[in-house]
Amino acid sequence: MVNAADPNAIRAVRAIIARAKRWDLFFALLGILSLMVGVLTFSVLFLDMAIQGVPRLDLEFFTSFPSRRAANAGILSAWVGTVLVMLVTALAAVPLGVAAGVYLEEYAPKNWITDIIEINISNLAGIPSIVYGLLALGLFVYYFGFGQSILSAGLTLALLILPVIIVATREAIRAIPQSIHEGSYACGATTWQTVRDHILPYSSAGILTGVIIGMARAIGETAPIITIGALTFIAFLPTAPFSGEPPAGLFDWIFAPFTVMPIQMFNWTSRPEAAFTVNAAAAGFVLVFMTLAMNGLAIYVRYRLRKNIKW
Amino acid sequence: MQIPTGTQPGVEGAVLKADVRELDFYYGAFHALKRVSMPIHDHMVTSLIGPSGCGKSTLLRCFNRMHDLYPGNRYAGGGIVLYPDDTNLLAPEVDPIEVRMRISMVFQKPNPFPKSIYENVAYSLRVRGMRNKNELDDRVESALKGAALWSEVSNRLKELGANLSGGQQQRLCIARALASDPEIILFDEPTSALDPIATASIEELIIELKEKVTILIVTHNMQQAARISDFTAYMYLGEMVEFGVTDQLFIKPQKKATEDYITGRFG
Amino acid sequence: MTASAVLPSRPVPSASLGRGVSDRLRKKASRHVKERIIEALLFSAAAFSVFVTVAIVYVLVKESWVFFETVPLSDFLFDTQWTPLFDDAHYGIMVLLSGTLTSSGVALLVAIPLGTVIAIYLSEFAGFKVREIAKPFLELLGGVPTIVYGYFALTFLTPLLQKIYPDLPGFNLLSAGLVMGIMIIPYVASLSEDAMRAVPMALREGSYAMGATRLQTALWVVTPAAISGIASAYILGISRAVGETMILAVAAGMQPNLTFNPTEPGATITSYIVQVALGDLPHGSIGYQTIFAAGLTLLLMTLAFNLLGYWLKKRFREVY
Repeated sequence: MVNAADPNAIRAVRAIIARAKRWDLFFALLGILSLMVGVLTFSVLFLDMAIQGVPRLDLEFFTSFPSRRAANAGILSAWVGTVLVMLVTALAAVPLGVAAGVYLEEYAPKNWITDIIEINISNLAGIPSIVYGLLALGLFVYYFGFGQSILSAGLTLALLILPVIIVATREAIRAIPQSIHEGSYACGATTWQTVRDHILPYSSAGILTGVIIGMARAIGETAPIITIGALTFIAFLPTAPFSGEPPAGLFDWIFAPFTVMPIQMFNWTSRPEAAFTVNAAAAGFVLVFMTLAMNGLAIYVRYRLRKNIKW
Repeated sequence: MQIPTGTQPGVEGAVLKADVRELDFYYGAFHALKRVSMPIHDHMVTSLIGPSGCGKSTLLRCFNRMHDLYPGNRYAGGGIVLYPDDTNLLAPEVDPIEVRMRISMVFQKPNPFPKSIYENVAYSLRVRGMRNKNELDDRVESALKGAALWSEVSNRLKELGANLSGGQQQRLCIARALASDPEIILFDEPTSALDPIATASIEELIIELKEKVTILIVTHNMQQAARISDFTAYMYLGEMVEFGVTDQLFIKPQKKATEDYITGRFG
Repeated sequence: MTASAVLPSRPVPSASLGRGVSDRLRKKASRHVKERIIEALLFSAAAFSVFVTVAIVYVLVKESWVFFETVPLSDFLFDTQWTPLFDDAHYGIMVLLSGTLTSSGVALLVAIPLGTVIAIYLSEFAGFKVREIAKPFLELLGGVPTIVYGYFALTFLTPLLQKIYPDLPGFNLLSAGLVMGIMIIPYVASLSEDAMRAVPMALREGSYAMGATRLQTALWVVTPAAISGIASAYILGISRAVGETMILAVAAGMQPNLTFNPTEPGATITSYIVQVALGDLPHGSIGYQTIFAAGLTLLLMTLAFNLLGYWLKKRFREVY
């Protein structure tokens, strides 16, 4: 088609290439622009919240209960509630998720039961969070009688992030080369010894990344917690261990009513007064800061992992 | 880039299509081609042989600037001059896309696009801005005929290219390369993934194709080089050890290293 | 003649000789039991996920069953009003569905084009450095709590849009949908990019060797090759949009409104559930059961999308 002897043909080809390259350039700009839409939105969102909310952030904001008067209101019950709910979530979701991941990678035979479990897990990851809220409302709150408590909320979020932890565990284990397995079995180790002495230690950073990402997601979840009926106005803290009415125990707090950060923010956002909007911005800033810090930590752990591990 | 003066044709009456002149090439810090020179004769089959890692594929991929796709690759001196217009293919101001439109390539493993047989062949024409349906139909048909595939696929042009057998897929890739009338077609070990029967048909095809186009082929198989090529170049450790008319190179190599390799004493 | 017949019989170790051997065997047996117990425990952890699914279906179906004993299915599907908490109660899910579809539609109009362009850009155009920065950033964008996005839609985007369309009400599906679209971009972009990066380099080289540009290679070779992965990224985006709750609860108002006009306020299936949960409905009342019927509708929708995605993956599994 390009006949070197014919300058017209070469010119025609060059014109076609030039046109195609203009489209290339146009698309590259479009790509950068699209990325910028994301960057810009996030920057505006973060700055807008920071400008409105940061002046409101003082020690009192963290040590005060919510109040009818916006200027006196704080997030004490909310952040304490968030910490306690996350504690329950982690205690329930991490062992369960890691165990399930280990089973699927190291033990599961290739049969229909394994197939069902695998399809089911990917399906669970696609179920909207509010549906988990409805499950918890029917099951934990009423059927098990846990009430609208920290326990119910923590377990709900645990179910929600279970697929995240299972998938992260499986990926971390899959990254370990087959030769490590074979080396361990060749030494006469059983499956469990291989898992305990090799698989879990070597995959722990990857699993940790998944756990942090899952927890960061759980911290911001609002809908399922509202659905189980968390209160939006809580002016007291859960009872400390052994301080309640006798017979007081270590875990009385898990049955206490509670609120969490995103619900506190939702409550303030839905009030018409501007002063409460400022509170919402301040709470939102704290919330975004927490999730960003956790995600950043996860990215860092993964980066270190990639850099340090050499098989 | 300063280009050293060129080679004379290796045989009487032959015309040069391209000339590799003292080419240096680096993968990052690795010096992969060391002052390589060789002529490429018009409408002839030239084959590159040598043990794996000798730089034969690297040299082949210089011809259509495939190295430009990856960061860290560097043409560090010398060049490849394409005749008759005396263009240095590796000059920075020469557009790699224009080079690839003139010099097409067939790969080691057949790599048909996930498209119909027809669209696979029409691709190289569409890239050149051809939109006319009749013209496309004609060109696709003649390319498939040229690749000796037309009789097998003329009634199933809409089927996926991946549904063909391995040998057919490779001939489809040849048709794809042929469709745009390139000046040179590069073959990178085109039969290494094929069975002996498919290999034989591809070899036959390559010999037929030199009527239309100049061919440069990398092969790991010395018998194949002897069977199909007019000229052969033996490379070792990034250097051009010996270049010559195929029969002479195999029967009476000038260098001891070449002799050791072709007699199987080494490599 | 069988093989065993020609083999000479071997002496069997006597019981007294085998003292040490049988000890070792016993230890092995106990080891075996421990292994089996651990395996059973790990299996039950994996099987627990199936229990969660069964429990979700059981709870939703059980409560919805009671609901449908009072409200005929035809009313639920075809009534054009949704007023379950009024004296004159109507239960037309269509009303909530219209809000869900409208807001999701707006969101997908943002997320699918932008997400796809970003995916193609990152996979085929951007250098290694850009990708290494952009990917974690997208993850961060996807990690922002949705309540914060809701706040942003209500207090920032809506006032901004009102400057352009002064008639836009303070609560509207448009603003919520746009922000929801931004939220979904990372899911679409990240999964589509993964699918494109999985396309083997040999196909790209084939295209470049024919003289194609980056864009031609991306649109004509890489995208068709990755189409099933891209489609399942879209489907994930759709099911995120349909299930998203807080952005809508905050920014779209919660009045049920049978409309496909995004500039109006409206309730979605999800924001209705939040609205009821915020109130004080007695356990077992018909109002309480409506949220389970609404939730079941939502579950069926997302399940249908998930199945579609699964089917697409099987049907168009990439053959390279």
